[in-house]
Amino acid sequence: MYDFNHLYEPASAAEAVEMMQAHPKAKIIAGGSDLLVQLRDGINAGCDFISIYMIDELRGISIDAEKNIRIGALTSFSKITKNKIIQENVPVLGEAADTVGGPQIRNIGTIGGNICNGHTGADTAGTLFALDAMVELTGPDGKEIIPIAQFYKSTGGVDLKPAQLLTAVIIPEKCYTGYVGCYYKYAARNAMDVDIVGCSVNVRLSEDKTVIEDVRAAFGVVGPNPVRVILAENKIRGSRVYPELAGIFADAAVEEIHPRTDFRGTKEFRLHMAHEIVKRMFTEAVKKAGGDI
Amino acid sequence: MQAKLIRCTINGVYTEKYVDVRASLTDMLRDEYELTSVKKGCEVGECGACNVIIDGECYNSCIYLAAWADGKHIKTLEGLMGPNGELSDIQQAFIDAAAIQCGFCTPGFIMSAAEILESGKRYTRDELRKLMSGHICRCTGYENILNAVEKTMNRRLEKKNESDK
Repeated sequence: MYDFNHLYEPASAAEAVEMMQAHPKAKIIAGGSDLLVQLRDGINAGCDFISIYMIDELRGISIDAEKNIRIGALTSFSKITKNKIIQENVPVLGEAADTVGGPQIRNIGTIGGNICNGHTGADTAGTLFALDAMVELTGPDGKEIIPIAQFYKSTGGVDLKPAQLLTAVIIPEKCYTGYVGCYYKYAARNAMDVDIVGCSVNVRLSEDKTVIEDVRAAFGVVGPNPVRVILAENKIRGSRVYPELAGIFADAAVEEIHPRTDFRGTKEFRLHMAHEIVKRMFTEAVKKAGGDI
Repeated sequence: MQAKLIRCTINGVYTEKYVDVRASLTDMLRDEYELTSVKKGCEVGECGACNVIIDGECYNSCIYLAAWADGKHIKTLEGLMGPNGELSDIQQAFIDAAAIQCGFCTPGFIMSAAEILESGKRYTRDELRKLMSGHICRCTGYENILNAVEKTMNRRLEKKNESDK
């Protein structure tokens, strides 16, 4: 038995918002692979839950006429990895989702929960930063769609307003068309682990594959939130492709990150790994895009 | 106590019962339905001993609210056996390969294996390793478990090839 008090089960997102207004102290539970585990440790013991897990309208992946991709907040990691739209357009997101926990966790864990949990090492969140994805928030005043980076508080965690629910993740067409992405999760184990450092890189090359038209890179676990390395991106945007470029990009990228020491790794180790990983991911992305590096 | 009517199909049999909303699916399957193949191991979704198949996918039932089982098709290890308790091929393979020692992790492993085998696909050893990575076994060292799954996969695929001819 879990030590919570009441379980509210809204049948729709709109009803969930109403319930959040009526019960402002209740906690939203999606797949529960974080909240229920914490509850076993007594965290939030005795709270009320508003379970959105049964709301099927929040599941599924679709692509509209402008080729913007919409991922319902409750879509599980494994459904993202196996989805045709994701595989054809943003395979890097499916690959990132495939590194979360183990197989059973990837079936229960949701992309919305991964983001709203606010963990800096959330495998899909870093990749969504590198994709410049948007999040759709539904609240009492209706829907708003904001860039994912704006959804995070500077002190860490996400900025959900009262009675607001994350209902979808949107990847606009311009954010992925022509880009090639790579993600690497560095962790102590191959399964069932949280990353020591994670890094996601997206690269768009010119038509003749000799110039970096655009690059976006994001890290996890090098600060309170996933973080983009904007200055490093600016530094090499427009540069021609040559072998030393990956090292130059990595040197600039680690200037912008501020990892801490914790039980998984020291600050120095994280900086070292971040440098190596971003170099490798950048090189791999350029190669995959057809560049000679 | 807040109870919810849970209507679901367990191992092919439709059933309904009022269940305490605070129950995990492990609690419900063990306490209400006496399906004790569903083990309580870590109870935080790390060891896989409580693994069951819900609508064709594996879930750790310890971190799955019983309330979410409403309307679902659930399969536990008991559902793999024949009407008179005959073992299924994958269960027998675990015995033959000495993939069992204390047996506590076994039902969970076998349910993951069942999902893999039901896909009808051929996987490499590395792919199997990844697909089975949501389980912890402290006895066998995993090799014999992988042998059992691999052998059963090959046998089923051979059989399918023969019947296709």
